[in-house]
Amino acid sequence: MELLCPAGNLTALRAAVDNGADTVYIGFRDVTNARQFPGLNFTPEQAARGVTYAHERGVRVHVAVNSYVQAGGWAQWQQSIDQAARIGADAVIVADLGLLEYTAEQWPQLGCHLSVQASATTPEALDFYRRRYGVTRAVLPRVLSIQQVEALAGETDVELEVFGFGSLCVMAEGRCLLSSYATGESPNTVGACSPAWAVQWQERPEGREVRLGGLLIDRFAPEEPAGYPTICKGRYEVEGELEHAFETPTSLETAELLPRLQRAGIHAVKIEGRQRSPAYVGKVTRIWRQLMDRLPATEAAEGGYTPDPAQVSALQAFSEGRTTTLGPYERNWQ
Amino acid sequence: MKIAIGPLLYHWSGEEIRRFYDSLRGQVDTFYLGETVCSRRREMRAEDWIGLGRELAEEGHEVVLSTLSLVVARSEAAVVRRLCDNGELRVEANDYTAVSELEARKLPFVAGPTLNIYSGRALRAIQRAGAVRWVPPIEMPGASLRGVLEELAELGGGPVETEVFAYGRQPLAFSARCFTARHYDRPKDDCGLVCAHHPEGMPVTTRAGERFLAINGIQTQSWCCANLIPAIPQMQEMGVAAVRLSPRPCAMDEVVAAFRAAIDGEPVTLAEPDPEQQCDGYWWGDAGYKRKALGTDTAEASR
Repeated sequence: MELLCPAGNLTALRAAVDNGADTVYIGFRDVTNARQFPGLNFTPEQAARGVTYAHERGVRVHVAVNSYVQAGGWAQWQQSIDQAARIGADAVIVADLGLLEYTAEQWPQLGCHLSVQASATTPEALDFYRRRYGVTRAVLPRVLSIQQVEALAGETDVELEVFGFGSLCVMAEGRCLLSSYATGESPNTVGACSPAWAVQWQERPEGREVRLGGLLIDRFAPEEPAGYPTICKGRYEVEGELEHAFETPTSLETAELLPRLQRAGIHAVKIEGRQRSPAYVGKVTRIWRQLMDRLPATEAAEGGYTPDPAQVSALQAFSEGRTTTLGPYERNWQ
Repeated sequence: MKIAIGPLLYHWSGEEIRRFYDSLRGQVDTFYLGETVCSRRREMRAEDWIGLGRELAEEGHEVVLSTLSLVVARSEAAVVRRLCDNGELRVEANDYTAVSELEARKLPFVAGPTLNIYSGRALRAIQRAGAVRWVPPIEMPGASLRGVLEELAELGGGPVETEVFAYGRQPLAFSARCFTARHYDRPKDDCGLVCAHHPEGMPVTTRAGERFLAINGIQTQSWCCANLIPAIPQMQEMGVAAVRLSPRPCAMDEVVAAFRAAIDGEPVTLAEPDPEQQCDGYWWGDAGYKRKALGTDTAEASR
């Protein structure tokens, strides 16, 4: 199984490479990238340097061009694909039908992976993208149970990449308009979820309030930890009860599932976090490298496998709200 | 311009469903039928929807069968296949499982609002796969829609009918998790179909008392009800073929009448639901919850 690690800048890319990533995934510093964060991501020149650094050390680079082409925006999205190809990226990660078609026609040698933003969940859907656009790999949205992931792996010729660790999208990726409902901007349109310009913190007698696009997402007591505000992790009133109506602040952590993912034939485990610091990327990459290197080689040896508790607790320290979940992999979460 | 009734997004009883469609017979051009949110809702099975569809089609309505939006289980994919194989009624594909099935059968289909078609090139691509009509993403502004249609015309290949989601609570997100079951502290696999208690979803209110979202099982909707009546002249000008009205537990025949009047160029004000519960922000390129052509945003004004 391949370990894919995130990088939001060159320093993070080097940290991922130096700490054992098989592949690093990046995106350009513009709307063509579904994870656009202020001050992060790569100019074409930086991306080219990153590819050189990684390739010299036997590490691959995937470039996410995974927001959806907007009306009037074709030239910009096309340029991102062309740039990724020209700097020698090993694959592009794409969701938009027009871009998939273009990549297949113009850059047949370039690996074309289906982004999580396309939210493909069945062998039928994967086969559509394979037969029409030559997609060889798909990143699965965080909606399938481990049993469903295992079954899907047995029913498709498309390589599967799954999320193993990091922030948890509660909604199916590419199918969530909550951000644009409050702000006008979404991951699909401009690569932004909860854009920073729309976030407003305010100290009030009732507590520390955070609004998104003018709407109150949450209110925190003085000592209460507050993460980056997204609608899906806010607190609201539902039928008179105040609750995290969608999800509590928590991170996905799947070390215990690694043997099953390996046995199912999953090709790659992906670490979320292009918005994270280089130090975070380096440390988390190192832990996951070790977890994957120490996996039992055979099913027999795997009986009673538990990941190294020290590493699991180290991962917990890096998690949102310092809590982790198996997320949708575990049926009870759903 | 035609009027279409979108697929029912809520869990209503079989009797309520019957009554709803009976109340609209002869008043609209198109009915979209089928369960698009949760496969656990079985008041109407695939066969029942197909049966109702045949009845309505015989009476002269256009009938389209809508598929599930998030397909994760093999049993769900089987229902999608069953709908695609119905043999007579057109299908609305709401995910790429359905697109794959329909494209393989070379059947013309309607591309639903969750297929993420945001540009002329993508529209051309889904047209090549068999789409003869499409519903733009809920968040697409009118100006962008105009741009997409211009791009498609430049790319050639003939027109595709456009149907705009113009009325009802807007579907905003889908999840593996059932938020209704979670609120009731029930596991999804033993949910007791508690969503049946909420014929228009469960309101989610911010801590400042702003009415914000509605929980409808695995789907999250806008709390406000889209009303794009003020945008109809623009839609007509850019050649939009139909408006989609999403079923609500209200006098939908009155809503249909209001849209019909607006399409005919009559001045009309829609009072269902109360105007302050309506929104149109997406169409005008703003946050979805805003009111632009509909008038003053009292939620904003009150702050």
